[in-house]
Amino acid sequence: MPTFNIIQAVNDALRLEMRRDPSVVVLGEDVGRFGGVFRATSGLFEEFGPDRAIDTPLAESGIIGTALGMALNGLRPVPEIQFADFIFPAMDQIVSEVAKYRYRSGGQYACPMVIRSPYGGGIRGGSYHSQSPETHFIHTAGLKVVVPATPEDAKGLLLAAIRDPDPVLFLEPKRVYRAAKGEVPEGEHVVPLGQARVTRAGHQVTLIAWGAMWHEADLAAREAEAEGIDTEVLDLRTLQPLDVEAVVRSVTKTGRAVVVHEAPRTCGFGAELAALIQERCFLHLEAPVARVTGFDTPFPYTLENEYLPRAPRILKALRETVAY
Amino acid sequence: MRRPSDLGAARRSRAGSAGVADGTGGPPGEADPWPIFRVMAEDGSADPAAVTLADAELKELYRRMVFSRQLDERMIALQRQGRIGFYIGAIGEEATVLGTAAAMEPADWIFPCYREHAAALLRGMPLPVFLAQMLGNAGDLQFGRQMPCHEAWAPGHFTSISAPIGTQIPQAVGAAWASRIRKEPMVSLVYFGEGATSSNDFHTGLNFAGVHKVPTVFACRNNGWAISLPREKQTASETIAQKAVAYGIAGERVDGNDLLAVHAATRRARARAAAGEGPTLLECVTYRLEGHSTSDDPKAYRPSEAVEPWRKKDPIPRLRAHLAGRGLHSDAEEAALQAEVKEEIQKAVRDAEAHAAKPPLESMFEGVYAEMLWQQREQLEEVRAAVAADPRTADPRHHGS
Ligand SMILES: Cc1ncc(C[n+]2csc(CCOP(=O)(O)OP(=O)(O)O)c2C)c(N)n1
Repeated sequence: MPTFNIIQAVNDALRLEMRRDPSVVVLGEDVGRFGGVFRATSGLFEEFGPDRAIDTPLAESGIIGTALGMALNGLRPVPEIQFADFIFPAMDQIVSEVAKYRYRSGGQYACPMVIRSPYGGGIRGGSYHSQSPETHFIHTAGLKVVVPATPEDAKGLLLAAIRDPDPVLFLEPKRVYRAAKGEVPEGEHVVPLGQARVTRAGHQVTLIAWGAMWHEADLAAREAEAEGIDTEVLDLRTLQPLDVEAVVRSVTKTGRAVVVHEAPRTCGFGAELAALIQERCFLHLEAPVARVTGFDTPFPYTLENEYLPRAPRILKALRETVAY
Repeated sequence: MRRPSDLGAARRSRAGSAGVADGTGGPPGEADPWPIFRVMAEDGSADPAAVTLADAELKELYRRMVFSRQLDERMIALQRQGRIGFYIGAIGEEATVLGTAAAMEPADWIFPCYREHAAALLRGMPLPVFLAQMLGNAGDLQFGRQMPCHEAWAPGHFTSISAPIGTQIPQAVGAAWASRIRKEPMVSLVYFGEGATSSNDFHTGLNFAGVHKVPTVFACRNNGWAISLPREKQTASETIAQKAVAYGIAGERVDGNDLLAVHAATRRARARAAAGEGPTLLECVTYRLEGHSTSDDPKAYRPSEAVEPWRKKDPIPRLRAHLAGRGLHSDAEEAALQAEVKEEIQKAVRDAEAHAAKPPLESMFEGVYAEMLWQQREQLEEVRAAVAADPRTADPRHHGS
């Protein structure tokens, strides 16, 4: 089994799926001849030509709007938004159009597509190369939202997303794009959407994370173990549809939950998780659900380490939740 | 005004046709660079050599224009009677809508704005199905999920209408691009008003299509108004068509109340697109004779004197005069046609109103995704139980304030 980083895993999935299904095309800014600013579409232009690895003009609403038209008319587009921070010009196409097309047309039309985009902070990217906008899209009925944490999941989830009948926002954790390495199965490797993964079994507290912050959670759990705290770590992998059963199963067992995300706290996905946990696990809870998150500020440049919910803050929340 | 030489296609093809390019509005002493293409004079006369439609097609399109007008009038009346919630139609713009749509091939896709109901019907949408959408009742293919006038008809490649202005423009480009990638000879036609030419997606759509020479016909219904905003407050450009220059695509201005001209110009634009010569921005100069929609009262911003000259240019009497002049239409035929159309609409309204008033409750949750997620399943049970426990849950008369 080859060892890939996340970019290589994404690239492998795209190449495999483009070979398997002639309707799959990638499009976006710099994705064709250049192979993407992060190289995720590298080599696709050479193998599949300019009609399937398409360089578009610089307009996100155009990338998504034309991808929508392609999807209506039988292609499987995989548009790339160069940074998730720049998805907002396409908000209207995504929220008003892509998310609603099947519903509003009574199922006469559908527009399956996978919008790939690197997201997240910790790369000294400041306010416009660091954000985690997942909540806007989870809040929009009609979209699925997937965030892999590892190369193996990046490949498996991307293949599942491209084959999914619904539009999917696929957020790639760029902080660990190259740093996260792992063995990735060759060829066909599909990880179904909507299934969380218990990455570490434990019985005292459930630690819920996804994407780049799963790596921080994992580190915090290992450090907590040295202090005698037995943590169960859940990598959600898909945020919509959420694997609510996996969350309930774990929290029912541990009676405690800590949720981690790098997006701002207020109305972040942690708020939804906390609400679901209190609705469904109320009689099992031994402590309030804790949130370790980014703050309610734009993403800062110099103080990004203080902003991000890194392992030390997570460890502190684990200690407090267990001691409650 | 200079135009790139490769944009001569539109002008050359026009020169080759027998219509007249009737300059208006250009600076005195200079040739108007964006003359309005016209085939039919206001009295209905036309050079037979310029007519691109066979007699039977022409009569059929006349019938459809009359139908569109009566349908709009009937729907406005139904809205006033409280039988439908809203209506937005094409009174005065029938030649623009039908002339463009009829010039496309059956495999071509139409991306509507929200006034092109005549194009949906032209593409085979059955009238009772259209009307069930107006009613949002159990006969609606879309399960009452959208306001009236947001129909879709996939069997006729008529895509789904949404309200946000301009969004359909890049979508039309994407659909035609997909066909070209698959080497299928499809050209897309997309409609929008002149107000939409200020939107991001107008710029984006034309730019993408220009760069990639996508076979799309951009049909701007320049009806003079975007709700209360007059055309000259929408853009400082003298014409809409000239915006094509900046995108490196062909642009053409046409008399939108002249069915023959709209049809001929659209045929040309379609032919260029199909030949790989790229998209065309077609500005159809017409006029919105009524309010923006049933929610609008134009008296607040538009004196009725402004409308009068345009009533005289109504596209329907103009085509009727043309047909009559060629012996294709008599007064007796007109009376029969009007009565027949009225009867057809009345009967279809009765049929559409016969459906149950509401689609089933589960249709609120189905179709959000290909399969319901747990959230929709749970919420369906929740609302079902709420309605069962207290029927006032579904009663609009029971509300606060
Ligand atoms: C993005 C957006 N902004 C505002 C509106 C409200 N609105 C509906 S129609 C309209 C005017 C459109 O004018 P135009 O494009 O000229 O088309 P017309 O109605 O004249 O055919 C406005 C402002 C909307 N639907 N979408």
